[in-house]
Amino acid sequence: MSLVFAGVCSHAPGITGREERAPRELRDPFYAAYDRMRRALEDSRPDAVIVIAAEHFANFFMNNMPAFAMGMAESYTGPIEAVDWLKVPKREIRGDPALSQRLITTILDTVDVAYAEEWRFDHGIMVPLHFLDPQNRMTVIPANINCQGPPLTPLHRAWAFGEAIRRAADAAPERIAVIGTGGISHWPATPDSGRINEPWDREFLGRWARNDRTAMLSYTDAETYAEAGQGGFEIRTFIAAAAAAGGPGQVLHYAPIPIYAVGCTVATMEIA
Amino acid sequence: MSLYQLSKLMFDLNRDGDLSDRFKQDPESVVCAYALTEEERGALLGPDIGLLYVLGVNGQLLMHYAALCGIEWSDYLQRMRDGVLVHGPVRAGIYALTTSPHTKVAG
Repeated sequence: MSLVFAGVCSHAPGITGREERAPRELRDPFYAAYDRMRRALEDSRPDAVIVIAAEHFANFFMNNMPAFAMGMAESYTGPIEAVDWLKVPKREIRGDPALSQRLITTILDTVDVAYAEEWRFDHGIMVPLHFLDPQNRMTVIPANINCQGPPLTPLHRAWAFGEAIRRAADAAPERIAVIGTGGISHWPATPDSGRINEPWDREFLGRWARNDRTAMLSYTDAETYAEAGQGGFEIRTFIAAAAAAGGPGQVLHYAPIPIYAVGCTVATMEIA
Repeated sequence: MSLYQLSKLMFDLNRDGDLSDRFKQDPESVVCAYALTEEERGALLGPDIGLLYVLGVNGQLLMHYAALCGIEWSDYLQRMRDGVLVHGPVRAGIYALTTSPHTKVAG
């Protein structure tokens, strides 16, 4: 039918793995925002959810790194991380290979996306699903943008990928949701873990919520690395989601939680 | 310098449960399949998390290797800071320290 839902959220592993180490007054409103997003997602009655994530070497490595990839499998498994580390139970997630194939075929008209019939989800997808699909009911199609191994996918290509996803979703009879996961500023897995540039995050979220393409694409990677860390490279997933949605965004929640290593973000975007 | 091989080993350990089981029992039998320098091999087998960090291993690989070695999160962060104090600044990659090694940011 068309794209019926778009949103973005954080995916940092500390959100579940170090859940108890954050103060309740920071943690509870964040989890409540995930729950609002879950209800909005459910209300849109999606037949499938495309999760645009920035994975962290669970599947894709520098031996053969795609700028973009999408899953085309019957089912997926995750998390790849140890359960006692991420504190998210292992599960099998339903895919839809026929729908994936149709979407990928349309996307390939404009973006050279790799496809994968094997895909093990890491925290980039599993942490959001833990909150947004706790009953494991949804059909999921994973998508990835290389935010991890330079040379990285350029921002304007992340935008083009989002536009291509939108065209493919609109051409499909199914109801499709898109969720981007990642960043914003953070220095994950380094001794700086917990450093968060809140002004930078709020500036980026302003550009994102206005769906200001030019402003979102104006960051250079050197600037992002200096001001938002290597974790800031994950703005690509937010940019792709904005390109797919087309409308203005509503930030449901933003607040830094240092022990989770990220400015915890939940936002939805109108389809236009 | 064979940072790629060092990283590839950690990528393989993350993905392959049989390999990581074998690694836990007999790490040398796994490590010998990768073309590492003596410094890298020593850091890996130590494990010297601080030196691995300074050598430039991507944090998304290193944090899982530390977990595989049974190292708790706050200890992992401290070992990286200690590594910079002992071995100097991070030599490669995109996970360099941006604060002082004497600063504890969170955790």
